[in-house]
Amino acid sequence: MWKRFSSNIGAMLGVVLLLAVIAVAIFAPIIFSHTPWQMVQRPFLTPFTMDGLPLGTDTLGRDVASQLAYGARVSLLVGLVSTLVALLIGVPLGALAGFYGNWVDEGAMRFTEFFQTIPNFALAIVLVAIFEPTLASITIAIAIVSWPPVARLVRAEVMSVRKREFVDAARLAGLSRPRILLTQVLPNTVSPIIVMASLMVATAILLESSLSFLGLGDPNAMSWGYMIGAARTVIRSAWWLSFFPGIAIVLTVLALNLIGEGLNDALNPHLSRKGKA
Amino acid sequence: MNTLRATTFLIAATLAAPLAAQQSGGRLDIVVQPEPPGLMMGLVQNGPTQLVAGDIYESLLRYNSDLEPQPSLAESWEISDDGLTYTFHLHDGVKWHDGEPFTADDVVFSADVFLRETHARLRASLAYVESITAPDDTTVVFQLKEPFGPFINAFETGTMPIVPKHIYEGTDYATNEMNATPIGTGPFKFDEWVKGSYIHLVKNEDYYLDGKPYLDEVYYRVIPDAAARAVAFETGEVDVLPGGSVENWDVPRLTEMEGVCSTGAGWEFFAPLSWMWMNNREGPTSDVRFRQAVMYAMDRDFVKDVVWNGFGKVATGPVASSTNYYSDAVTQYDHNPDKAKELLAEMGYGGEAVRILPLPYGETWQRWAEAVRQNLSEVGINAEIDSTDVAGWNEKTSQWDYDLAFTYLYQYGDPALGVSRNYVASQISKGSPWNNVEGYENPELDAKWTAAAGMVSAEDRAAAYAEIQKEIVDDVPVAWLQELEFPTIYRCNVKDLVTTAIGINDGPRDAWVEE
Repeated sequence: MWKRFSSNIGAMLGVVLLLAVIAVAIFAPIIFSHTPWQMVQRPFLTPFTMDGLPLGTDTLGRDVASQLAYGARVSLLVGLVSTLVALLIGVPLGALAGFYGNWVDEGAMRFTEFFQTIPNFALAIVLVAIFEPTLASITIAIAIVSWPPVARLVRAEVMSVRKREFVDAARLAGLSRPRILLTQVLPNTVSPIIVMASLMVATAILLESSLSFLGLGDPNAMSWGYMIGAARTVIRSAWWLSFFPGIAIVLTVLALNLIGEGLNDALNPHLSRKGKA
Repeated sequence: MNTLRATTFLIAATLAAPLAAQQSGGRLDIVVQPEPPGLMMGLVQNGPTQLVAGDIYESLLRYNSDLEPQPSLAESWEISDDGLTYTFHLHDGVKWHDGEPFTADDVVFSADVFLRETHARLRASLAYVESITAPDDTTVVFQLKEPFGPFINAFETGTMPIVPKHIYEGTDYATNEMNATPIGTGPFKFDEWVKGSYIHLVKNEDYYLDGKPYLDEVYYRVIPDAAARAVAFETGEVDVLPGGSVENWDVPRLTEMEGVCSTGAGWEFFAPLSWMWMNNREGPTSDVRFRQAVMYAMDRDFVKDVVWNGFGKVATGPVASSTNYYSDAVTQYDHNPDKAKELLAEMGYGGEAVRILPLPYGETWQRWAEAVRQNLSEVGINAEIDSTDVAGWNEKTSQWDYDLAFTYLYQYGDPALGVSRNYVASQISKGSPWNNVEGYENPELDAKWTAAAGMVSAEDRAAAYAEIQKEIVDDVPVAWLQELEFPTIYRCNVKDLVTTAIGINDGPRDAWVEE
């Protein structure tokens, strides 16, 4: 599997990009001697004009490069944690619905549909507005709007797997139903979940950025969306303030998508997507 | 006090006029932001309403940029030596926009009946008034119970708009259908209001000052987005951007355009002063050393230069420098992080978290809060920004659920009108974000505030207020930030737009367009 993945140039490019972003996020306090909120130079310093401030300064004279690095922390953290939370909600619900069927399925799916009928972003805005924007509330809001597709995917996978012969065999061997679900069925649904999760991280990063852009970010956490939102009013006079965080978002999301594609190809060899991906 | 007598003629207006003769005709497009809730100034007095309705309604006086009273509906006036009797002589031949004659009865009705019921801020000043009478059609006499120094500042359009008695007497003011088509005595008449688009005023041909107004019509344009307002000005769609209608960052770009002028004048009467409420009741902010440390920690010059693009002035205390009886003989809090650290160490500050509540009025205020948080953290104060919206800000400040909270308030020309309300104990009342929200209690100073308001002579008042300012600045009940200045941006061919202390609120009366 690693062989198939590593032969995919796009996927490897994604991995390299993502590792770079992670490295910058982890080593931000070592690379930069000042925090992203510190006013270090005169405001609106153009990029590449002063040593030590390669990406210039923002409206208050804060280092844009440092802001980008610390912003990576917030983006990755929110992306990963909210995806984990979404999986924790979506996987059990989907698995129960798909495995037990009947009223369990009906109930779980109506519940899921309830969330799916409300536009994601609108619901996220409402949730964050109600719970006051903090990193925790933003993460939870993103998780709450992202789990329904997981539940539906897991349900469909479980439904198809549970009719396979090896499941019948397990049942004949006397395994209990919960045990069959946990040990026989679920492990066989992991690969599509992994693929989906990698794409969900990307979506979560975009959602967090959009919320911050609208001013619904955590005011004490530097994030890429915040940077663009704050730079919006000066976009004509200071292009770099929105350009660099924009590039950072594009590259990170692109990297996650490439990895997702690569995983998809690697985990589903029979779906030969050569030339398409 | 000597009898004050104003000249009959508009000396101020003639002096302000340039050598070129005023030209009649033309139209002015002014941005109004946000759209006013109504134009009946006796009922609604928020900013946008005052901007538009200041052309429709008038009061007895106007004020120049030094806050000296000037004639408006009253062409002259006297104050008795004991400070108790104010006599106004009204202009002859003034007509309401519907053609009815304007008389002293209208003034008595407006001040004594209508505004007493509808105008909370004026009601506080009217509490000093014993009687308001009209001995004849052009004379009005205000008899006071006790001297009240700032009373002469109460005759501004937004404070005491004169409303037509023949339309409102005996009706339910709030539901009177004429509120939709306001009738005043001002230089412009209401013509049309297309909601969400524009308000159209036309020249009052019967205006009582010869030749005025010069403009034929004024359009107040409603453009909800700040960037779109800037573009509308750039493309020439609007001629005037009133203070605060575009983001500060856009100001330099717009003022650098050819043929564009700007002025910071026209706010002297309001003198918006910003500060942070500091909760005097609990937490580290209840210690005066902590509050002084906050003052020393902040780099207020930086904020003025960077966040406000150099507009405004660093505040020295509770009274703005354009307000009467301002004194700068007070302790100066310059940017001194070492001193702040010393004070914190002395009080034994242990790193308790302090929440900063920004004013939810856009990017400028958010950046400001970030700069303050950074300044505070540099001296070791563990500060965090609370996120909020307008409703949340009102709720938190009025329920005293904050540590540091940004705000700004108008001063209305006199410490007794717009300053003391934020510092006297009688103004501590949960539920309002406009009073003594910080919970500062100092009975000695309270007595001095009261005494100063009741003094007759201007010199006595000046001395009393200087003493108050000196004492209160050492106590730092709130962290004074900056005297705000909202530049008015306009095309240079618009002349005499800002000639009074309330700027373009009543500016179009004298304004003219050079061809």
